[in-house]
Amino acid sequence: MPTVPAYGPDAAGRLAEMADVTASDSALRRFLHGLPGVDAVGLQARAAALGTRSIKTSAKAYALDLAISMIDLTTLEGADTPGKVRALSAKGVRPDPTDPTAPSVAAICVYPDMVPVARKALDGTGVKVASVATAFPSGRAGLPVKLADTAEAVSAGADEIDMVIDRGAFLAGRYREVFETIEAVKAACRRPDGTSAHLKVIFETGELSTYDNVRRASWLAMLAGADFIKTSTGKVAVNATPPVTLLMLEAVRDFHAATGVRVGLKPAGGIRTAKDAIKYLVLVNETAGEAWLTADWFRFGASSLLNDLLMQRQKLSTGRYSGPDYVTVD
Amino acid sequence: MAFEYAPAPQSRAIVDIAPSYGLFIDGEFVEGTSGELRKTISPASEEVLAEYTQAGAEDVDRAVRAARRAFPAWSALPGAERAKYLFRIARIVQERSRELAVLETLDNGKPIRETRDFDLPTVAAHFFYYAGWADKLPYAGFGPDPRPLGVAGQIIPWNFPLMMLAWKIAPALATGNTVVLKPAETTPLSALFFADVCRQAGLPRGVVNIVTGDGATGRALVEHPDINKIAFTGSTAVGKGIARAVAGTDRRLSLELGGKAANVVFDDAPIDQAVEGIVTGIFFNQGHVCCAGSRLLVQESVAEEVLESLKRRMATLRVGDPLDKNTDIGAINSAEQLARIRALADTGEAEGAERWSPACELPGSGFWFAPTLFTGVTQAHRIAREEIFGPVLSVLTFRTPAEAVEKANNTPYGLSAGVWTEKGSRILWMADRLRAGVVWANTFNRFDPSSPFGGYKESGYGREGGRHGLEAYLDV
Repeated sequence: MPTVPAYGPDAAGRLAEMADVTASDSALRRFLHGLPGVDAVGLQARAAALGTRSIKTSAKAYALDLAISMIDLTTLEGADTPGKVRALSAKGVRPDPTDPTAPSVAAICVYPDMVPVARKALDGTGVKVASVATAFPSGRAGLPVKLADTAEAVSAGADEIDMVIDRGAFLAGRYREVFETIEAVKAACRRPDGTSAHLKVIFETGELSTYDNVRRASWLAMLAGADFIKTSTGKVAVNATPPVTLLMLEAVRDFHAATGVRVGLKPAGGIRTAKDAIKYLVLVNETAGEAWLTADWFRFGASSLLNDLLMQRQKLSTGRYSGPDYVTVD
Repeated sequence: MAFEYAPAPQSRAIVDIAPSYGLFIDGEFVEGTSGELRKTISPASEEVLAEYTQAGAEDVDRAVRAARRAFPAWSALPGAERAKYLFRIARIVQERSRELAVLETLDNGKPIRETRDFDLPTVAAHFFYYAGWADKLPYAGFGPDPRPLGVAGQIIPWNFPLMMLAWKIAPALATGNTVVLKPAETTPLSALFFADVCRQAGLPRGVVNIVTGDGATGRALVEHPDINKIAFTGSTAVGKGIARAVAGTDRRLSLELGGKAANVVFDDAPIDQAVEGIVTGIFFNQGHVCCAGSRLLVQESVAEEVLESLKRRMATLRVGDPLDKNTDIGAINSAEQLARIRALADTGEAEGAERWSPACELPGSGFWFAPTLFTGVTQAHRIAREEIFGPVLSVLTFRTPAEAVEKANNTPYGLSAGVWTEKGSRILWMADRLRAGVVWANTFNRFDPSSPFGGYKESGYGREGGRHGLEAYLDV
């Protein structure tokens, strides 16, 4: 079965072949509850074991640049201003002003009302504009509001939409409702010219709480047409962790094996150091495999991570630690 | 571009191996009577690491006499005083853990990731655990004042040299015995370094004696008339010989022998973790594990799915330089063991099982065997019955829980077993019926000093670890 990207025109056909498992609430429930269980101890042990990989010299250089190129550089604060978003955008395009070989980040991630500012700052740079939507971060709003939120961001020029699922509905077992919302938001990502903004679906794994729930949510979102699945908003106590990311990597791997559709993955929140980022890349490499080791299929939702990656990059090329005043604060 | 891990070698500068070693008797290193030396090599490169002494019957006698002389004072010490020495040994092992891990990796061939993250922490934990028992023996359930046996002769294998030493020496000393220990002929170095740890801890002379050599040294120890207790871990064939040698004497004996453990995967198992458990079960320590999960019994309804996942996972195993921090599978311990693994794997093919290994490049020098899977194996195949003691997994299928139990128990061994299911009641049902000393549920090859370990049937008798492990060294 040839691989097709989740955001491509062929993915819909593949998902249609799975329509019998999503046709009704009870069919969807049976399917999700029939997925193999997750043994928490074993999952955590595997994530910890992969965390002991020793990534040095050439492998480290490769990993640092790859990690920079995968960052969705994020500001999601009530205090965000056009000036802040412009500064962050400039940083994302050229993270290290002293070294033009440092790659750009993948995207700048903002609230919908800041999309026009980011769009203007990033036009022609290759760095994407990502916008959260659907009453981020809680998702506590009616469907029309969520769709309007999405449509506004898309029409303002967002390349990517990071939506949140209704965790209340999921935990109450209303899987079909969550499924339909994702489908509706995916439809709202469509632009008048027929292209679509890529859709990332955030589960808030810290609120789903169990690994079994994370596996079910992953399959649910992928069946509903998610282009990316994403761990967290960064707004609750527990955000991305290596075990949750490992589990979601297994899910995208298995979904690809079952349908041929490749879905991306974005751990977000709490990834602050280069060392952590490299551990995540090892998880990707040894679980989903090489095909996911690109910004097309793996992203980091992060803000302070970038500067640590840059400092490690400078250390690797000069042999010295330069300190926080030698990377820019934006 | 692929994410290729650059070499990440652990430096061996931390360990200082002498060109030659004597025997550790009565608190000091002495030359052997015959002057005969043997060589120990690194199985990953065949480089000679050091020469060591072949102890003869006279040397063994010297060691036993030293242990006998030390026994009255050592056993008369208050338990709390013996505990101080054991705590001190545990702390020194922790402080020198990197050095000992590198040494063990060099001499044994196992990956530094395992010596660093498993062997050495377990060694220290074992000494800490039994140190804690030394002053609490009246509360162990063996009477108000349980007495030690005397001099213990201990013979250990090459698969976990320092860990097996800890399993033997820690409970023996905690209960007030003195010991003469013989490490395996291919892996003598960590025991000789442990002798230095004993000196550093100020352990009284003669309490621990280390005699090195081949099977002849072991035989001299087993047959020595002034030994009160023999503890042996190794092959079933040698274990039977020892049992015959001590029959009719008043010497106590505990044996921890071979195994052919079943790892049973049900259709409701957590598949990803079960696959990890299968890999840990058979490829941990190159499969040189007596309790290795060398028979995979997988429910037929999920066999295809599990095997596909297993093969994909096996393809990511990194085989090579044991000192590289990213190596998952190191070298086979000796040319002799490699020949045995090859011979048994060949019979698997000859008897009609299907052989599979991931593409993996093996180093040019040293002893190596690629991780190997046999499918289409039946109970009648030799690879389903005989202990291979290498990275070779035999896969069989079953239809019902009752059939799984029947097949799992259908072996002369009974050391360990694994059960993979999300259903708690089935775990308990299986554990009641499996004739194995250890039954792991949704995990495999997990060890803890507080948990007793030992076998049924031809896997031996007596228990090591936990409160039960004290009994083997007490006169009860």
